[in-house]
Amino acid sequence: MSDAGDFRLQTGGRIDRERRMRFFFNGASYVGFDGDTLASALLANGVRLVARSFKYHRPRGIMTAGAEEPNALVQIGSGPRVEPNLRATQVEIFDGLAAASQNCWPGVEFDIGRINDFVSRLLPAGFYYKTFMWPPGFWHLYEWAIRRAAGMGRAADSADPDRYDHRFAHCDVLVAGGGPAGLAAAFAAARAGARVILCDEQNEFGGSLLGGAEKIGGKPGMDWVAGTLETMRWLPAIAMLPRTSAFGYYDHNLVALCERVADHLGEPKPGQPRQRVWHVRAKQVVLATGAIERPLVFADNDRPGTMLAGAARTYLNRYGVICGRRAAVFTSNDSAYAAALELAAAGVEIAAVVDLRVEPGAWGEAAAAKGLRVIAGSAVAAVRGAQAVKAIEVAKLGIDGASLAGGREIVRCDLLLNSGGWTPSVHLFSQSGGRLAYDDALGAFVPGKAAQPQRNAGSCNGAMTLAECLAQGFAAGAQAAEDCGFAPVTPPMPELEPEMQATPARHLWIVPSLKPVGRGGKQFVDHQNDVTAADLRMAAREGYRSVEHLKRYTTTGMGTDQGKTSNLPALAILAEATGASIPAVGTTTFRPPYTPVTMGAMAGRMNGAFLDPARWTPMQRWHVRAGAVFENTGQWQRARYYPLGGEEMHVAVEREVRAARTTVGIFDASTLGKIDIKGPDAGKFLDLIYTNSFSKLAVGRCRYGLMLREDGYVFDDGVTVRLGEQHYLMHTTTGNAAPVLMWLEDLLQMEWTELKVRLTSVSEQFAVVTLSGPFARKLLAELTDDIDLDPKAFPFMSWRTGAAAGIPARVLRVSFTGDLSFEIQVRASYGIALWHAALAAGEKYGVVPYGLEAMHVLRAEKGYIVVGHETDGTTTPHDLGMGGMVADAKPDFIGKRGLRRADLLRPDRKQLVGLRLADGERRPLPEGAQLVDDPGQPIPMKMEGHVSSSYYSPTVGAPIALALVKNGRARLGETLYAPLPGRTAAAMVVAPCFFDPDGKRLHG
Amino acid sequence: MLLITCPWCGPRAELEFRCGGEAHIARPADAMNISDADYARYLFMRKNPKGWHYERWNHAAGCRRWFNALRHTATHEIRATYKPGDRKPEPPR
Repeated sequence: MSDAGDFRLQTGGRIDRERRMRFFFNGASYVGFDGDTLASALLANGVRLVARSFKYHRPRGIMTAGAEEPNALVQIGSGPRVEPNLRATQVEIFDGLAAASQNCWPGVEFDIGRINDFVSRLLPAGFYYKTFMWPPGFWHLYEWAIRRAAGMGRAADSADPDRYDHRFAHCDVLVAGGGPAGLAAAFAAARAGARVILCDEQNEFGGSLLGGAEKIGGKPGMDWVAGTLETMRWLPAIAMLPRTSAFGYYDHNLVALCERVADHLGEPKPGQPRQRVWHVRAKQVVLATGAIERPLVFADNDRPGTMLAGAARTYLNRYGVICGRRAAVFTSNDSAYAAALELAAAGVEIAAVVDLRVEPGAWGEAAAAKGLRVIAGSAVAAVRGAQAVKAIEVAKLGIDGASLAGGREIVRCDLLLNSGGWTPSVHLFSQSGGRLAYDDALGAFVPGKAAQPQRNAGSCNGAMTLAECLAQGFAAGAQAAEDCGFAPVTPPMPELEPEMQATPARHLWIVPSLKPVGRGGKQFVDHQNDVTAADLRMAAREGYRSVEHLKRYTTTGMGTDQGKTSNLPALAILAEATGASIPAVGTTTFRPPYTPVTMGAMAGRMNGAFLDPARWTPMQRWHVRAGAVFENTGQWQRARYYPLGGEEMHVAVEREVRAARTTVGIFDASTLGKIDIKGPDAGKFLDLIYTNSFSKLAVGRCRYGLMLREDGYVFDDGVTVRLGEQHYLMHTTTGNAAPVLMWLEDLLQMEWTELKVRLTSVSEQFAVVTLSGPFARKLLAELTDDIDLDPKAFPFMSWRTGAAAGIPARVLRVSFTGDLSFEIQVRASYGIALWHAALAAGEKYGVVPYGLEAMHVLRAEKGYIVVGHETDGTTTPHDLGMGGMVADAKPDFIGKRGLRRADLLRPDRKQLVGLRLADGERRPLPEGAQLVDDPGQPIPMKMEGHVSSSYYSPTVGAPIALALVKNGRARLGETLYAPLPGRTAAAMVVAPCFFDPDGKRLHG
Repeated sequence: MLLITCPWCGPRAELEFRCGGEAHIARPADAMNISDADYARYLFMRKNPKGWHYERWNHAAGCRRWFNALRHTATHEIRATYKPGDRKPEPPR
């Protein structure tokens, strides 16, 4: 046969035999066809062993044909384009695809972790919890080894070069699932005129019809699919999204979809994202998410060659692949017979159909009529073959179903199909908040009461025949459209083949084996996490009776497949073990995502520079050219210091500070928050939100204000300027600009609605250039000739307007350095012009730009606080020594009552002080260092306070610090100690001002 | 993500909004003359019901207006949104 695989039929399937694709699996080269999945192409090439199991490293083969695959997890790609944890059953092959098994070392054929299987009695459920808890604190040593042993795939070795998109969409009806029910629903809704989005996780619509052989209207089912799609294509308002998984159902009918735009191409085309997440807000949702076949729990039910019956049927009908030459079929229900009959028709020898039921009914008779051997009332008691199925041992079931009766018959086979029934995929329904109901006949949960505007149709709703699926789909689509206000249109039902008479399934949650549970072959429930029936029973014996505890203890239902094949058998086994009913045990919570979603898709464009906007001042480019080192303050990028000729930070900062103290410094203060406040009640409003008074502030003057929260603690501070009778300009700290505005808006809109005040954020409308230092006035005089700069005419805490370098400007004589200082505010677009002009004019005065770090040193030398350094959300004005700013005479202000609370009046509260270190010490204390009286006391020591700001002060010639110390103002002169790693630093408590304590420079 | 109807702008995605906690908490008029315990109740004590909850929302990335909402904390159903000063709606029985 051809190199495209010995197990490929000459005809049939939905693959394009003209388009051959060469791909690589674990380094070996294979050929498949366009339309193949990695799984189907591997099976066609006879590759049985594709993975090692998670815990025991047992050899594993492909078990399913869809999203539920627990075994065949692969990693795709290399270098930066890597995606782990993909199901081989969902990976579309393309030319050059390179895939590798995940959980094996050194290779899938010979895996050293296999030893775990032979010592598995030592590795029971909860093994990690029981073993690695001792000695205490050693977990970090164990974790490294355990993580290496647990094959989770590898991350990319560098940044992902691809783009990922997010898209928001609104529609009348979202249909999740494009099988017969979903197509019927979308068709009905769209025909009624509704705007419809139809999505399906596969590359083609059709769902179960892709892998089945049912006829609709006398033709192959896929012909009906093609016809329906063709009709819908001409409807005006339908979006059809293949390769798109609905992975999360959130509140208010928001459904998240992940569209794999370019995964099947290898690399995205130019301009194309790799994946796209859709946020769909739908008026109505129809879930048509299908059902997943359950494996039976029998001894050694994981041997490569063991596969779900429906999966084998899909590989046959959709891909033209037979998964073996001689198959045995083991079933609890009717559905496996279709697989047996179709495989037989394709030339596969059916060795036996082993049916748990004593009376297999119409399907059994049909199989027998075709010459198949049906062994009723029997079970597969054992599987022979370790790397691949070689034979099964069949035995009669005892009447109770819990034991075997009579002798065993050995049946040779290389493929073992099994079916334990079908579990409706209620994941999205459950995520939506819907309640589940247990259906005894199905042996599964089905949707009960919906919690959102939503319907279920098809096998996710418990419908198990094509006729039911189509009927439910048409009805759900029509009703959904009607609920959106459209006149319902119910398309006519197409003609279907007569259904075979159904025979109830026999749900046997643990199939008995030759030995008691746990003693013979492993009866896997959760194949991905290697959880067996014995593990679950033991957990129940150990007291894990809640299904949520059982999950966490045994890890059943965890992992990338989230228990799609295992959850129901696991809770049924728990129910049996605890004597409870299945609905009483209930399910674990279904959480998004339904299938794994890449981090790239989640992030979308919110990546790198787009993660968060960067805010630049108008002078940013100058700072960059000057070689500034930047620091983020919230979203603002601020120049921290300007190193010259490779200066280290402390050298640059000291130089900048010295210049600002001896000549003149220039500083970009544009980031300060600025709120324009207007209205007849502006002054009254400011009196209410600041501790001090602003209504009596004269026009032309500025005042520093403290803003409290209602609880009495400092919230923000800054200078507010009175621009006119009814017009103020408030400055906030850079980081608090937005919270302060929101707080003020809140108060005006919700509390003091009678006040006539308007607020406008103008933070970015003005550029601010600060000149500070002894020559600040001289420099300003070079820039302006229409402002009287005489200290008497322009005193501290006042402002003037005029032209600065020919630019209309507002000049504030305020200071955050403790030195003579002017802040020049101009329209933002003039900022860079003013900056250049000031630098040029300042050259003869030795002007030096200083950054944020120097600003901090300068303000700390003066003892000025910074909100967030000296305050921590539990700091009062009195703690800061600013009690004088609290105007108790005002009838009301925010925080007035809060300040009177008992705890805020305690005498031993921490108070702001300064700290000086011992002579000769050049190392500043670390900020946050705790201070104690006696460094020799036993741990835990009694804390006396903490360091809030700490710098080396070039002005003082020594490190300085601000600190909050219990009853600190009464302790000046005392020595406190900071116990630090490897040393203890002594510090003397001093007044929190190290520069110009009487304000001569400030007011000069 | 909730769909919230701003009384001024109409239905918008939750990411445009910011929740401001429980609504209809009156700021004590005569705060200086009430006990610490009473003031603490105003400052700190908030309802945390499983059920209908009156709460404040701000259309922060929209019109920047504050408004009130009646929301069910378990189902997230928003029964009403209304402007400040409007009469508060009765919770459904």
